[in-house]
Amino acid sequence: MAAPTTTADQVLDPHPTKEDNYFTAEKGVLSWIFTLDHKRIGVMYLCSVMTMFALGGLFALLVRIEHWTAGPTLDFVTPDMYNQFFTLHGAIMVFLVIIPGIPAALGNFVLPLHLGAKDVAFPKLNLMSYHMWLLGAAFLVLSMVLGAADTGWTFYTPYSTTTTTAVIPALFGAFILGFSSIFTGLNFMTTIHKMRAPGQSWFRLPLFLWAIYATALIQVLATPVLGITLLMLIVERGLHIGIFDPALGGDPVLMQHFFWFYSHPAVYIMVVPAFGVVSEIIPVFSRKRMFGYKFIALSSVAIAGLGFLVWGHHMFTSGQSVVASTIFSSITFLIAIPTAIKTFNWVGTMYKGRIHLDTPMLYALAFLWVFTIGGVTGIFLAVMNVDIHLHDTYFVVAHFHYVMMGGAITAFFGGLHYWWPKMFGRMYNEKQGRIGSIGVFLGLNLTFFPQFIMGTRGMPRRYYNYLDEFQDLHRLSTIGALLMGVSFLFTAYYLIASLRKKHDAPMNPWGATTLEWTTTSPPPYYNFHKTPPVTQGPYDGYEKLWYDEKVGGYIEKKKD
Amino acid sequence: MMTLLNMQPSPQPDRPALKLAERTEYWMPPQASTVAEELDWLFFLIYWVSLFSFFAVVGAMIYLIWKYKATSRAANEQPEPSTDHNTTLEITWSVIPLIAVIGIFVIGFKGFVNMRTPPKDAYEIHAIGQKWSWAFKYSNGQVSDEFHVPVDTNVRVLISSKDVLHAFWVPAFRVKQDAVPGRYTDVWFNANTAGEYVLECAEYCGTSHSDMLAKVVVHEPGGFDKWMDEKIKLEEAMPPAELGELEYGRQGCKVCHSIDGTRLTGPSFKGLFGKQETLVGGGTVTVDENYIRESINEPQAKVVAGYPPSMPTYKGQLSDKRIMGIVEYIKTLK
Ligand SMILES: [Cu+2]
Ligand SMILES: [Cu+2]
Repeated sequence: MAAPTTTADQVLDPHPTKEDNYFTAEKGVLSWIFTLDHKRIGVMYLCSVMTMFALGGLFALLVRIEHWTAGPTLDFVTPDMYNQFFTLHGAIMVFLVIIPGIPAALGNFVLPLHLGAKDVAFPKLNLMSYHMWLLGAAFLVLSMVLGAADTGWTFYTPYSTTTTTAVIPALFGAFILGFSSIFTGLNFMTTIHKMRAPGQSWFRLPLFLWAIYATALIQVLATPVLGITLLMLIVERGLHIGIFDPALGGDPVLMQHFFWFYSHPAVYIMVVPAFGVVSEIIPVFSRKRMFGYKFIALSSVAIAGLGFLVWGHHMFTSGQSVVASTIFSSITFLIAIPTAIKTFNWVGTMYKGRIHLDTPMLYALAFLWVFTIGGVTGIFLAVMNVDIHLHDTYFVVAHFHYVMMGGAITAFFGGLHYWWPKMFGRMYNEKQGRIGSIGVFLGLNLTFFPQFIMGTRGMPRRYYNYLDEFQDLHRLSTIGALLMGVSFLFTAYYLIASLRKKHDAPMNPWGATTLEWTTTSPPPYYNFHKTPPVTQGPYDGYEKLWYDEKVGGYIEKKKD
Repeated sequence: MMTLLNMQPSPQPDRPALKLAERTEYWMPPQASTVAEELDWLFFLIYWVSLFSFFAVVGAMIYLIWKYKATSRAANEQPEPSTDHNTTLEITWSVIPLIAVIGIFVIGFKGFVNMRTPPKDAYEIHAIGQKWSWAFKYSNGQVSDEFHVPVDTNVRVLISSKDVLHAFWVPAFRVKQDAVPGRYTDVWFNANTAGEYVLECAEYCGTSHSDMLAKVVVHEPGGFDKWMDEKIKLEEAMPPAELGELEYGRQGCKVCHSIDGTRLTGPSFKGLFGKQETLVGGGTVTVDENYIRESINEPQAKVVAGYPPSMPTYKGQLSDKRIMGIVEYIKTLK
């Protein structure tokens, strides 16, 4: 395998052929498995993450269908299996889909391109991250075979240290995935520091990179705590050393502190990259510079920082002291502000623009709708006394699905459709793309909005059985989930169908001015034939581009 | 797939017919405690602020799409010139939400401090959670599997757990508190509307988490004492085996020990008395009065082979009379 050397100013073959792209550069399965090319690693992450998304989605559908009636619905699903299903759904979606989704799959592909670089700073470490991800995923899948954990993705003690299910392999899987996440974060931070194109100052970075940078910061600082926590759980379970289990002299609430010290920042590992994707899409499809660039850029960093200081808002009912709860609640409110600033700036960007409603933009708009709901419902939960009532109900379930599914996944699909032509060199069927995105949007709202109502009325989460009065709302939710499932299948269908076509994607289908659109679709092995100099901001210069129908994309405007 | 679906709700024999109480509002359950009103007031304040914010953002978004939608890419329309930053605007839309959330935080803080500070004169009841039932213990030693409280009285609930985390939640009272093994947590309320409500376990605790419900009864003035007196009289006059049956139901025995021979977490009570059992670690024991008493007080001392050592101790929680009752009850299960 010819490993590329990646000095920053290496000039490549000045006469590339049309077929000279990263797919054709090397051949064979091994050239994929051991590739050091960030684009190939990104594509492999993408395939793996999508597979896990399908699996996690399947468990979600099983959970939802089980709720069609109170008590048993599906003949083969016992209460214990139901508990395993929602645990697997949560663990898969969090650890294997959303956390790696945007940073590792899209980020790996886009980040060096955004910098005009040939690869990330440490290509071998990047490959190792992916291999560790696979290993972690393998342990999680193994735990399913051995007797899937039934603890919920939160692994609260002492339940998690006393259940008979295969908790240790699942914990070990999450532990390894944590390392993968830390390595990716380190790699991306270094790359952004060291490998920016000439002229690309920090405030000329695309907002996607600001978001990825803020995310990387959290990944590097918070994930080790998850590692320690999982290790302590493994030690307690395996060696019966009392840390969290009161029967052994431990403290179960301590486990919650450790867990949320990671898992609240992890919420921002999941959603800050989504902010980045939306920030890329909205100016391009509004044909206008981003409104309030610096506010959006710095608010990502503010969110990342504040995100470390709020973990105790998950524990208002745990017996935590009033003083602690008060501090956690007040800082939680502060996070609302940078989040609101972002939203207003995105909407402000559309003012006096020329708005094109293609699939990526539809996903970005869906994000604004859904994320606003996710955001404002967070206020209910940050208020201490209201949270006492709503804690551990379907209101919480609905809230974090509006943020995770509605925020992170919607933005992920927006980004996927936005960069798809660049990644694979093909345009998907635009009409089908729009239908798919509308289906996802409707299904999402139908699934999760009724859950807010149920939650306030008294429906606790993780309930196999429920009181009869909740049946109608549960059914609405289940119908929504099925609609979402169908829409995602449809999306998979037209995306895969597009791959069978000949290369037809232009260099710049959407008329963007970030660097990835100045190279061919798909890019050559070394990304750029010449390191591109940066002379303007990431959302400047739309007026210099011209849509050409013959090309099917944008080209530099000819001088009059 | 559809053939696997039971389209009709299946009968659930062990489940009491519980309802949350008649619905009067679309959001939130009916109010039945003094904090409910205050909490709901704040809930609805945030609700309206949220609706306003949502319609402001989404309304602006839809208006802008309608106003500035491009006709086609081929038309190559250029946007009207406009600025890309406006510091005054940024500060305005940062400060207004900041003031709003500070206000909301302060109101929530006051409500929370009130909820977390039980009045000194409160009547105390213990709530003990275990997989998967609740037992409520009153100051006179009486135990019930239903949660009875007098109306218009400050009640403090001392919550504990025998095994894993649970959470005590009465939606109509708007109070919730985790039950943490190895420590006491507490919660207080003043139920101001007589009636029947439901208590739910809100912290995930395994297989039958969703059946860990209990009936809540708020008695009219005088009704609580009457209920208590009747309960005491009834239990005093009860033949031992009947008392045992009652304890079997409300101490949580039924969760792990069947009476029809079904194998659950622990050995079935059917035909148990007089039986020879093999023990974990070898040896045998004949199930007699002494063995049952020992197993209630020190469940881990002699565990029957093939069953997990998961029973919590009841030492000091059951009077001799009640233990005898359970023994007599098991004797009747031939
Ligand atoms: Cu949090
Ligand atoms: Cu429970």
